[in-house]
Amino acid sequence: MTADIEVPPIVEMRGITIRFPGVLALDNVDFTLRPGEVHSLMGENGAGKSTLIKALTGVYAIDSGSIAVAGERQTFDTAADAQEAGISTVYQEVNLCTNLTVGENVMLGHEKRRGTGIDWKATHREAARHLDSLGLQLDTRSMLSNHSIAIQQLVAISRAMVLDAKVLILDEPTSSLDRGEVEQLFGVIRDLRDKGVAILFVSHFLDQVYEISDRITVLRNGTLVGEYPIEELPRDALVTKMIGRELEDLAAIANSSHRSIDRTGTPVVKATGLGKRGVLEPADLEIYEGEVVGIAGLLGSGRTELVRLLYGADRADEGSVEVHGEHARLHQPRHAIEHRISLSSENRREEGVVADLTVAENIVLGMQARQGWLKKIPKKDQDAVVQEYIEALGVRPANPNALVGNLSGGNQQKVLLARWLATAPELLVLDEPTRGIDVGAKADIQRKVAELSAQGLSVIFISSELEEVLRMAQRVVVLRDRKKIGELEAATTDLDALIDYIANAGEGTAA
Amino acid sequence: MAAMTMARAETRTKERGESPVQTFISRHGGMMPSFAAVLILILLFIGGEIFLRGDFITPRNISALLLDNAVLLVLAVGMTFVILTGGIDLSVGSVMAFTGILGAKMLGDGVPVGIAIPAILLGGAAIGLLIGILVQYFGVQPFIASLAGLFLGRGLAYIVSLSSIKVENDAVLWLQSTRIRLGDWYITPTGIIALTTVAVAAFVLHLTRFGRTIYAIGGNEQSARLMGLKVGRAKIAAYVISGFCAGLAGLLLTAYSGAGYPRNGIGTELDAIAAVVIGGTLLTGGRGYVLGSMVGVFVYGTIKTIINFMGAEQSWMQIIVGSLLLLFIVVQRAIVARSEGRR
Repeated sequence: MTADIEVPPIVEMRGITIRFPGVLALDNVDFTLRPGEVHSLMGENGAGKSTLIKALTGVYAIDSGSIAVAGERQTFDTAADAQEAGISTVYQEVNLCTNLTVGENVMLGHEKRRGTGIDWKATHREAARHLDSLGLQLDTRSMLSNHSIAIQQLVAISRAMVLDAKVLILDEPTSSLDRGEVEQLFGVIRDLRDKGVAILFVSHFLDQVYEISDRITVLRNGTLVGEYPIEELPRDALVTKMIGRELEDLAAIANSSHRSIDRTGTPVVKATGLGKRGVLEPADLEIYEGEVVGIAGLLGSGRTELVRLLYGADRADEGSVEVHGEHARLHQPRHAIEHRISLSSENRREEGVVADLTVAENIVLGMQARQGWLKKIPKKDQDAVVQEYIEALGVRPANPNALVGNLSGGNQQKVLLARWLATAPELLVLDEPTRGIDVGAKADIQRKVAELSAQGLSVIFISSELEEVLRMAQRVVVLRDRKKIGELEAATTDLDALIDYIANAGEGTAA
Repeated sequence: MAAMTMARAETRTKERGESPVQTFISRHGGMMPSFAAVLILILLFIGGEIFLRGDFITPRNISALLLDNAVLLVLAVGMTFVILTGGIDLSVGSVMAFTGILGAKMLGDGVPVGIAIPAILLGGAAIGLLIGILVQYFGVQPFIASLAGLFLGRGLAYIVSLSSIKVENDAVLWLQSTRIRLGDWYITPTGIIALTTVAVAAFVLHLTRFGRTIYAIGGNEQSARLMGLKVGRAKIAAYVISGFCAGLAGLLLTAYSGAGYPRNGIGTELDAIAAVVIGGTLLTGGRGYVLGSMVGVFVYGTIKTIINFMGAEQSWMQIIVGSLLLLFIVVQRAIVARSEGRR
């Protein structure tokens, strides 16, 4: 299926350089896309993938270099210019208008007209035809807001088809889709590829990259590492090229996590019968000093809900919580913080970092919360702590005065972690701390968490990546359908056993 | 997270087949506030009818409703465009005063109608263009940009004249004095102009790509831009249309009152905004109908009429409109929250 190398490329980007204030986002990068291929763009967060895509779609202006589409040199000033040239993009955050109908979102700007006005009947018929070719039967007159993100994503792709795109860019299209939906999407992608559309695919899921791609281009720190046919780049070689160092780190983390925990004393935090009607059935949970408890379960199984009840972000209507053996009333996050419990939320942009403050200011926020708002923390102490965490977690750029909003997702997560660590918690709850961040940052975060827990910090670790849960935790709590179904010792459980337990434990019915 | 999974399951069942009621809600949920406005209008009519013992819903009163509110209706139409993009235009009251007094002055100085009227309309549109450029190219908040327009318009009005100028031009007075009768019903050329404005606006908003771009901007401006729509142009055009409508309202007001007066229309921009919101347009943009705004204007006018008939204090007008506005904003908030929860 690999595209013939003789086919003239549809997109040729040569020597692309883009500078942002203080950052060289892309440095002399070449990229070639051929008709009828699926080409994956790989790299850590902050490697320049998004920047390269935005250069190609006219969102960012390039400082130097050239872009040619179908052999013609182009300068794109707006997204409309790029679309005109046949380049369509489906972004990770679906960029449609939820206040309009499905059909209109597909056809917006290309509505069928009769005389002076839009012919809505023909427009909706056309939209239905495009949706149908992706295997979607939707009421085109229903509002887009009534549909799930997955459907919206497919609607966005239908829209790209209306534009008769020669190049389709899919930026993390699968991050909110379930397995069946991914299959449906891949079917569509293969179809389009066979029709000669060039597809640029970006995803964090290596399995998916290997399933769908013909060719891979790897970026690192804004520079080009190389372009490879998929057969010539095994996974470990890809990962090594992406992060530029060996992945022995992760194995070391797994080793350091597999230690035994003394569970004879009083648990740091003990929840008994904690539950809320319609949210979570009553569950028990104990965390001992220095222990990492993983929480595993499918999306929507109640993982986040459990820790939110524990933390007091949502109010439980039954059950009690003990901290060091004493009854604690955790009705608000403030109470939890007073008991030295911190929760790092899965929505890091909305509930986590303050994008408009600097790295240092974000970290100091955490220290200040511990100190009380009125007590001034000496500048020297602040600097020392900030420097310590920047180094310990490997925040890039290692500049305390960089705005957090300009950092990549992985580095924002590191700053967030640093902020919670600065509150000196006894129990740190991490909800999906590594979602959507790159392999390198993931390893940095995992290493730090393993190190801290070895020093006595208790951690609750939630992740959709089960390997990660098993690697980090000593004990894994499994949830299904908003109910705790059991606990497993990580040392004696492998991935298959865990998956099997999540799916089949209890009544023996498949989930 | 869980909500998403549930929403997904929900969508699936929906796609399998749904009752007509569900289909209606999934298609026209956004119309609910406008339906509510119609309902309130009907209730007001019934209330007036009961209070005046059958003397309220008369052809004379209904005809007068249009005549007395033609100016506000034209302003509300322009305002609808701007609010649909998620903006606001505070300048319309004073732009109306400026264009009104400018027209009266020009006609008084012997400028022919064929020049004076286009000058009025273009004057309004020019101030709208200025606001639009400030908003689009200089990134000024619509509130601030149009506040500047408000002061500019009022200042220009005082420059033209500090006192009222009477209009004696027959063509302009004809707009108001002519009664086209059908039994007890009548309509004036000003009423026809106002209704035509509504019809043209409805056509533009629902049946042209420009109109749909206005909705897309209000829904998600970033998305609209990435979809390749001409966002900048459409946004500026919305303010130009609002300014043009303010100019037209200036003409109608001059005809209605037979004079231009630089203190006209103080606070009228707020009445127009209230009418648009009561008519079901979301203040955050993207949802609403120009016909809804018309209903909003009639609700506003009917409350005013009833209070006049009752002989009550005019301050009750403000209190009632204020309460209605509050009610509608709460309802809108609930609708937005619901549609966000669905995602």
